Parts: sequence; C-alpha cells; structure tokens
Amino acid sequence: MDWASILGNGLRSGFGPQAASYALLAIGLNMHYGFTGLLNFGQVGFMLVGAYGVGISVATFGWSMWVGVLVGILGAIVLALIVGIPTLRLRADYFAVTTIAVAEVLRLIVRSGSAEEVTGGPFGLQSIADEFHALNPIPNGTYGIGGLSYSSGQLWSLLVTWGVALVATVVVILLMRSPWGRVIKAIREDEEVARALGKGVFSYKLQSLVIGGVIGALGGVMFAIAGQTVNADTYQPQVTFFAYTVLILGGAATRFGPLVGAVLFWFLFSSVSAALRQAANAEYLPGFMTTGGATGAVVLATVGLALVLLMVFRPQGLMGRRQDVITLTS
Amino acid sequence: MGAKRVLFGQRIRLLLSPRDARHAAGHRYRAWSVVLGLVIVLTTMLAPAAVAVETPSPGDDATQGGEQATEQGVTGTLRDDESEPVEGVTIVVTDASGAEVAEAETDSSGQWEAMVPTGGTYTVELDTGTLPEGVELRDPENNPLEVQVPEGRTRPVIFQLGEGEADRAQAQAIARAVANGLKFGLIIAMAGVGLSLIFGTTGLINFAHGELVALGAMLTWYFNVDDPQIQLIGAAAIGIALTAAFGAGLERGIFLPLRRRRFGLFQLVIITIGISLLIRHLLLLFFGGSPRTYSDYVGQEALHFGPVSLTPRDIVIMCLSVLILVAFATMLQRSRTGKAIRAVADNPALASASGIDVDRVTLVVWTLGAALAASGGVLFGSAVAVDWFMGFRLLLLMFAAVILGGIGTAYGAMAGGLVIGLVTELSVLWFPSELKYMWALLALIVVLLVRPRGILGQRERIG
Repeated sequence: MDWASILGNGLRSGFGPQAASYALLAIGLNMHYGFTGLLNFGQVGFMLVGAYGVGISVATFGWSMWVGVLVGILGAIVLALIVGIPTLRLRADYFAVTTIAVAEVLRLIVRSGSAEEVTGGPFGLQSIADEFHALNPIPNGTYGIGGLSYSSGQLWSLLVTWGVALVATVVVILLMRSPWGRVIKAIREDEEVARALGKGVFSYKLQSLVIGGVIGALGGVMFAIAGQTVNADTYQPQVTFFAYTVLILGGAATRFGPLVGAVLFWFLFSSVSAALRQAANAEYLPGFMTTGGATGAVVLATVGLALVLLMVFRPQGLMGRRQDVITLTS
Repeated sequence: MGAKRVLFGQRIRLLLSPRDARHAAGHRYRAWSVVLGLVIVLTTMLAPAAVAVETPSPGDDATQGGEQATEQGVTGTLRDDESEPVEGVTIVVTDASGAEVAEAETDSSGQWEAMVPTGGTYTVELDTGTLPEGVELRDPENNPLEVQVPEGRTRPVIFQLGEGEADRAQAQAIARAVANGLKFGLIIAMAGVGLSLIFGTTGLINFAHGELVALGAMLTWYFNVDDPQIQLIGAAAIGIALTAAFGAGLERGIFLPLRRRRFGLFQLVIITIGISLLIRHLLLLFFGGSPRTYSDYVGQEALHFGPVSLTPRDIVIMCLSVLILVAFATMLQRSRTGKAIRAVADNPALASASGIDVDRVTLVVWTLGAALAASGGVLFGSAVAVDWFMGFRLLLLMFAAVILGGIGTAYGAMAGGLVIGLVTELSVLWFPSELKYMWALLALIVVLLVRPRGILGQRERIG
C-alpha cells in the first residue's frame, strides 16, 4: 500500500475544484437547512440550472460565458420562485418531496433525447469555458508539494472556485448578522413566534430559498466551468445527499462548516477510494469487493453509514453547537 | 455513476421490450403487428396513418415491378402481413365516368393484372368482400385508389393487407398502456402504502422505503436463482419475511430509540437518507450492477382479450396485487390492530391518550409496510427485472403516489398509485418513453399546487 499516494489523492481532491463546488452547494443548503430550517432535497436542481445556464448559453447559443453565468443565476432565481411560491406555504415535508421531484424532473428533461438540440441530451455539452481558461494567468506547468499537485488549469479553477466560495461565505455571514438573518433564525426556531411578531414568514423563507439557490447555482456554474462540460448524469439526486453530508460533517448553521465539510468529505472520499483500489489490486480484499464498480459501491455505502452515524452521534458536526441542531418537531 | 446511467436506459428499454419479446414465442403474426404498431405510435405520436402505408401517389411514374406490356394497365401482388400470397381477391377498375372497364382476380401467387383501353385516370377498387377470413386492408381509406395510367405501360398498384393498423394499433396501444399502467400502479400502490402509514404514525418521510422494495426483490432473487434455487413463490415468502423483519429491526433498533432521545424529524429524515445510501450500495456490492430476472414464470405465451394481450404472469400479478391490497384494507377496516393503526395515523397523541400502544402500532406499521414494499418489489421484479437501483427509482414514484392520494392515509396511497401507474404508462403513447417518470413527478407537483392534501387527504394535514 502506497500511503503517500493515497494521502496525495485525498488532499488533491479535498482542495480541488470539485470540493469547492460542493462547498458552494453546502453553503446554499446551509442557508436553507441550517439557518432557515427548510428541508431542501433538490439542491442539485439549482446546481443543474447554474451549470446548464453556462453550457446552453455558450455551446448552443454561442453567447459569451459571462452571459451564461448570469443566465445560470437568473435561472436559479426563477427556479426558486417556481418551487417556493406554491410549496413553501405547505408543511416542511411536502417541500422536501417537491424539491427532490423538481430536481429529478429537470434532470430527466435535460437528459432526454428530445432536448438534444439544446442540452445535448444524454451526451451533454462540451468546451463551454474556453473564455475562463483563456484568462488563466498561471503559466503552464505543475504546481504543488509532494502528492498535492495541480496543473495550471486545475489550479486556476480551484483558486477561483474557492474564491467564490469564500465570497459566498462572507455574504452569508453578513446576512446572518443583519436583522434579516435574525428573523430567518427565528423562523427556524419557531415559525409561529416569528409570525406572531408580525414577520412575513413566507416572504422570508422565499428570500432564503432564492439566496441559497443562487449560491447552489454558482456551485453548478463553477463545476461546469472547471470541468469544461455539462452532463445530465452528473446531477443525480444523490449529489444533494452528498451536499447534506458535507454540511452536516462540517456543522449545519455554522459559518465555516460547509468549507471545512467539503474539504474533509472529498479528502475522505478520495483517499478511501484510493486505499480500496490499492487494497483490491494487492488482493487484500475478498473477491466480491474487487469487481468493477465495487470500490465505488463500498465508498458510497460508507458515505451512507457516515451520514447515519454523524446524525446520531454528532448532529452538530465538527464545528457546530448542539443547540443549533435543527430538530423541527411538528 | 456511469453504471447507473446505463442501467437507467436499460430499464426503460426493459419496460418496453419484454412484452414484445413474449409475443414472439408463439404469435409471430400478432407480434409483428404489435411491434409495428408500437413503433408507428411512438414515432408519429398518434398520427400513424401518415406513414403507416406508402401510398403510391397518383402521377408517380413508377416503372419497377410491372411487366412490360404492349398495352397499358394496372398490376400488383397481394400478400398478407406474413408475405403469404392471397388468392381469389377481386379487383375492379373503373374509368373516370364510373364505368367498369376491367376486373381481375389474384392467382395462386397473389398476382393480378387488369388491362385498360387507353391511358388516363382510373379508379382501382379491391372488393373487400372477396378477401379471405382474417385478412383485411391495413388502411381502408386507401381503397379505392385513383391511379394515373400512362399510355403503353403497366402501372403497379399496392394494396397493403394486414390488420386495420391505423385504428387498431392505436386502440391496442392504449389498451396495452392501460393494462400496464394498472399493473404498475397496483405495484406502486402496494409499495407506497407502508410509506404513507409510516408517515401517518410517526411523521417520518422514509427515504429508505425504496430500499425495502429493492431488498425484498433482491433477497427473493437470491433464494430463487442463486443459492438454494427455491421456486419463486417460496423464495418470495422468505424474501418478504426477511424484509419485514428488517423493517421491524429498523424501527426497534434505530428509530424508536432515536425518537425516545427526542431526535427531531429533520434529523430522522436525514438518517433515512443515510440508511438508503447504505443499503442501496450494499445491494450493488453484493448483487452487482446488472438487472436480474427470476427463474420462474418467464417466457410465457400471451393470452388475448380483445385488444389487450397479457401473459398469465401479468394477470396473476394484477390479481395478487388487488388481493393483497383488499386484504390489507379489510385488516385496516375490521381488525383491532387495523383500527389502532388508523387511529394512530389520524392523531398519535389522541390515540395514545385513549390507551393505544403507539410504539407497538408503529412497529406493526413498519413490519407490514416493509412486507408490502417487499411484495411490491417481488412483483415488479417478476414483471420487469430486479436491480440495485430499482428502489430509489420507485421511491420517487411512491412519493408521487402517496402525496397524490393524500399522505398519511392507506387508501390515498392506493388511489395515488393507480393514477401514477396510468400516467406513466399512458404518457408513452404521446411522449418519449425516457420521460415517462417525469410525468409522474409533474403530476405530483401539479397536485401540490392545486390540491396539496391529495385526493383523499384531510384539510388539516397540510399544516
């Protein structure tokens, strides 16, 4: 077993652009779930809208990528309004089921053959971020220390994506310090109390949904830009569940939880995958665990188990406070 | 993730193809018209007449096929849809004034030829009364045909025989979609009842419910095909019993202790997601990624009921589903436990105050719900196939069914399941089949917009 390469794999993934995109998803979810108490199970839908906003604008209509970013953000706002206006008045669990259904409907639509002219259907769209990579100021080459190294393109993507994630974090911190944020947290604690104090609970929830959705869409935008491609199969419902794991790992309703959670989640995810692959190659594992796809299955099962154990034994995550754990007992 | 994409595609194809494949067993004749009809319906979205028959348009200067004759005329060959020649059919040619100018009869090779005096426009009519039993014009609107006959040439005229494809294919496709929709809907209803009742008794949305479906189906597959190779009914009994025990174990081992520790619903819901990811990928790990079928009741010959063809297996699946649902409803309605379940689902606090042991009822609901989910999984696996991802795919449809019918009620889940089954299968008639699940989910969203309590739900449940 080559522990250095396993560690390097984990670190590269933990600080990589993908982890940063998941951090953005989790920051958005933190807005919804951590601060407002909205059980949004369709965060991947916002991610999809952001990514396809860029992809369709560039690859299908030939617009500038920056227009595409705007399209993605506007799309997320529209999606939040469409989902939120009818369902935020309903009980929290209806909202949860609706959001997961909407996200899956979006995925099925962009994936369908009948949408191929616009979305590329099952094949997706490629070469959507040449403009972004043309701006790369970092000279060609490999950068890093030891196992942790990136090409100049990856480095550029990850720096910008983590930059966006940091900005989003600061925005959320400022928002939550404002009077608006206090109302939002009051809604999480007890909706009726907030309503009794004359706050328009529905409108606050909708605003929270829009803000968190836009942050999630930025995650999709950066994910698509870093990978230069959009493909419907990336946006499976389990992406939302991963984002929840990231959020709960770091600590829901904390300021830096999503960032820490994303690094840790992807570090563990990739290093465990690498370790399992090596163990399989070295024949340390029983036969059924070495067939194609088995390592992936083991890692994903472990994610599930980790989510259960986290929720049972440390629901506040690494950085959270016990009293901020969202209980909602209606 | 790549593997999942392939599976998803395979499933859609599987949902379409096995029935057609089953036809092929003994009914090639019928199978062809069915396949053709399906293709036509899918490609033209209910305007099959437009492409079903290649009509020779008047003025089409076709030269191939006809014999070179010194005189002008019309000719053709009649074959049925199995390309067998049809003998003894009368074809009458009239000129523009309506006077009969020639009559011909097909010979043993199905050929006919009618000579006309001059070039010009003629009307060629096939006397449908002379067609043998069971053979008719595929497109009756193309009889009689107006034909332009050039001077000194024989003009080929095509009459396509077979079944009245245009009308019949559509009627058949609809009937088949309804039958499939009912079958599929009954399975969803059965699997969804537990989801709805668990919600009703504990307020928990169980995201792992789909995995109970998959677990039951997979365990049954294991006992049926892999190790002891028990006949399907016995294997299903073991699979369902094990899944029921597993459901009871989840409640007693995880959810009851957590409820006692005052865990909030949000936390519990996220725990069900974790459990769902865990079970799903363990299934993938132990059973692999490819879809499996049971070893019994496959390759059956279809029975025909008017426009609908069903295999005996499909009929048994539907009857069993109805039977199980009726038995469950009777249990809910009549038995002491059933009444307690309904009381707890309606208002747990009130039920508890009236002396009902809510924890025991919840355990019963989890056990029965898991057993019903597993039965649904076995029936689905028998009708289509078993794979590790089937649970999650069905879960969203169960959500749709349960919310459509009114979450928290058993009968609502049944009604919703039927609607969802019909919506998914009927949508295939007009829209690409890859979008069929989308319509179910859209139906869910529309119901939430229009009538959030669902078809049978009560107003105060919305919150």
